[in-house]
Amino acid sequence: MAPSKKASWTNAPDAEELEKRNTVGIHKETVTHNTSVDFPGHVPGEDEAFSLDRFRDGFSVDFHQNDPFHASFSLMGIDASLSNAFRRILISEIPTLAVENVFIEINTSVVQDEVLAHRLGLIPFKGGKEGLHNFLKWHKKPEPGEDAYKNSYDWNTVSLELNVKCTLNEDADPREDDPRKAYHNAHVYARDIVFTPTGAQEQYFAGDDAIAPVHPDILIAKMRPGQQIGLTMHMHKGIGADHAKFSPVATASYRLMPIIKITRPILGADAEKFQKCFPDGVIALDKVSAKEAAQKGSGYESHVGETKAVVADPMRDTVSRECLRHPEFEGKVKLGRRRDHFIFSIESSGQWDSDELFMESVKHMKLKCKKLEQQVMDMVR
Amino acid sequence: MPGRTTKEDTPQDAQMEDAPTSAQVGEAQVEDEIEEDQEEEVEPQRVRILPGSTDTAASFEFIDEGHTLGNALRYVIMKNPDVEFCAYSIPHPSEPKMNIRIQTYDGHAVDALKKGLADLQDVCDVVAEKFWTKREEYNAEHGIAR
Repeated sequence: MAPSKKASWTNAPDAEELEKRNTVGIHKETVTHNTSVDFPGHVPGEDEAFSLDRFRDGFSVDFHQNDPFHASFSLMGIDASLSNAFRRILISEIPTLAVENVFIEINTSVVQDEVLAHRLGLIPFKGGKEGLHNFLKWHKKPEPGEDAYKNSYDWNTVSLELNVKCTLNEDADPREDDPRKAYHNAHVYARDIVFTPTGAQEQYFAGDDAIAPVHPDILIAKMRPGQQIGLTMHMHKGIGADHAKFSPVATASYRLMPIIKITRPILGADAEKFQKCFPDGVIALDKVSAKEAAQKGSGYESHVGETKAVVADPMRDTVSRECLRHPEFEGKVKLGRRRDHFIFSIESSGQWDSDELFMESVKHMKLKCKKLEQQVMDMVR
Repeated sequence: MPGRTTKEDTPQDAQMEDAPTSAQVGEAQVEDEIEEDQEEEVEPQRVRILPGSTDTAASFEFIDEGHTLGNALRYVIMKNPDVEFCAYSIPHPSEPKMNIRIQTYDGHAVDALKKGLADLQDVCDVVAEKFWTKREEYNAEHGIAR
């Protein structure tokens, strides 16, 4: 029999106990209490069973920043295993379009063919969202020995061209030593890549929706007069698990919310030193009020008007533990992190918006479970 | 030829259905990713019960899944009070396999697995809904129009 069912009595942990369980302890040389214990049967008589209503009540989101290239937000009341799943999906399972095949007709530049192809593959591209997410589908790689263009259609292949030739600039001063002025096309940039739409791509990627590099100033190669690059590229959809060029994020990471607890007053010059142990804005300096000084046992007695250290914004802390190295703060401060408060930071590489990416990762996770649920049913049958 | 287009009357997924199945690992991953609208295609069976399992104590093998699903699923299954033990492992890093062991006090291990997958979907719904509400609020507050 399940232990939680045996108990006819039920206990709910009090607020203090809950806070203790939700804190990862950070000490001078060790990190303690780093595993979740919110499981049925872990503490006798406590009901920790999963319930959707309880999850909904406990879960909350808070936005800090929302730009296309950087979204930052907090997820609170969720376990690390779930938020880690979202982070992993962001990095390796959301599809993007990237250069997969490069057909080099001529390359007389000093950059070797394979190096050039690799550089082209890593350039992030943007384009119309409808076309990228709904119109474009997976491409099936032809078998070895088959025609390289087999299976390539307008709905799974985007074609790009790069044709540049470096020539001498007749109008330039003969003593000119800047190659960009002395020659034409001395530098080949991502903006020199030309998108050649085929079929229905003309509707999906028209005007501002055209497939184009996110950053037009990416340097691809340098050339000298007489050198030339002429090539065609095929872009396909892929996922980060296959190659990092398909990853839709530059970084997707989370950190736990830091906790700084001043347990005994830090006053005067110590307070200023304490403030310097943390990044700017984490610790503020305040004056001890008459009311605090009047309180017996507070540690503020007869210190009215002195400077004291207070925690202003723990989120900005990097948890360097510097304050634990100084003997004057010993026993006066406790560091920790909140186990269920994840500060996410997502930087998109440009094909998706950062906030849109997180939504996509949640959707992806759900779809994964849905498919596997069907698979489990088929397995039983 | 590059940039070929399909005729209007040819369904796009027919292209993938006609393809012969191959033993290549890369291909299985591609099929895994096929979107919902192509579900008519027969997906290979990716979950099986390992030999030696009983009703209340079973091990499951998932092909093409890893820590992403393994750890999340382990967590929700452990939240089920009927489950005595649940753990996952990836037996070898170069095999695309993930094993989950479930032992129950009551009921079938398969039911615990099913409940876990259903609970995970519910969690995703709540996360998506709350995230989007907050995003809309934040955008409205800061005049971000996207």
